[in-house]
Amino acid sequence: MNASIAGKEITVNEEGYLTDFNQWNEQIGESIAAEANITLTPRHWEVIKYLQNEHKSQVALSIRRVGKSGVVDIKEFYALFPNAPLKTATKIAGVPKPASCI
Amino acid sequence: MENNNGKIRKMMIILSKGTLENVYAAFVLANGARMEGIEAEMFFTFFGLEAIHKKKLEHLHVATVGNPAMHMPTMLGGLPGMESLASMMMKKEMEKIDMPDVHEFLDILSASGVKLWACKLAMDMFHYKKEDLYEGVDAIITVGDFYKQSEGEGVHMLMV
Repeated sequence: MNASIAGKEITVNEEGYLTDFNQWNEQIGESIAAEANITLTPRHWEVIKYLQNEHKSQVALSIRRVGKSGVVDIKEFYALFPNAPLKTATKIAGVPKPASCI
Repeated sequence: MENNNGKIRKMMIILSKGTLENVYAAFVLANGARMEGIEAEMFFTFFGLEAIHKKKLEHLHVATVGNPAMHMPTMLGGLPGMESLASMMMKKEMEKIDMPDVHEFLDILSASGVKLWACKLAMDMFHYKKEDLYEGVDAIITVGDFYKQSEGEGVHMLMV
């Protein structure tokens, strides 16, 4: 479906995840973050860039993998993106929601 | 009663068994709740305590006897070494799907904000002390304390 985020027409799925990463930009990320009541700091951006790189390399994301990334530990990940960090952070990053149970 | 539209706010997970499959099921449920933004607390009682006992948590086994899903004759499952063999095989498969071992899983749960409670009655029964337990365990509490923790809307309780 179509959505207008940060003044740009983009396509998202029914959960609000971008379906085409090429449509993503930082303003869209900030706008999705604001919806989740998150103000993005440089630490947030480091995590977001990491998630985007992992997605580009087609790595399946999980909480465990993020925790072992060396970019952020699990505790900080939950602190940066409270309430469902992996789901929220990937949505902001414009990458698909990970189908992970761990 | 306040209406919260059936939303799950918190999962209270009771683990009373010390077999690898039960421990993992409870851990995955608790971690999965946190991943969805749901609070989670775990109450370790009876043999479930083995999952947070420092010296025992690395040596948990799958049940080969009395477990029809193992598709193994009961007599065979009871032979020496069978449990270790089955457990080793299962652990290998788990590593393949990125499943952490018990200790690392406890670290993940603890870092994710899952409260870990040890049952006082079972601790007394097995003569365990706080220092025997994984360092991330929040406290040793009574069943009454656990119920107190479970108060409020949208709280669900699950026994594994």
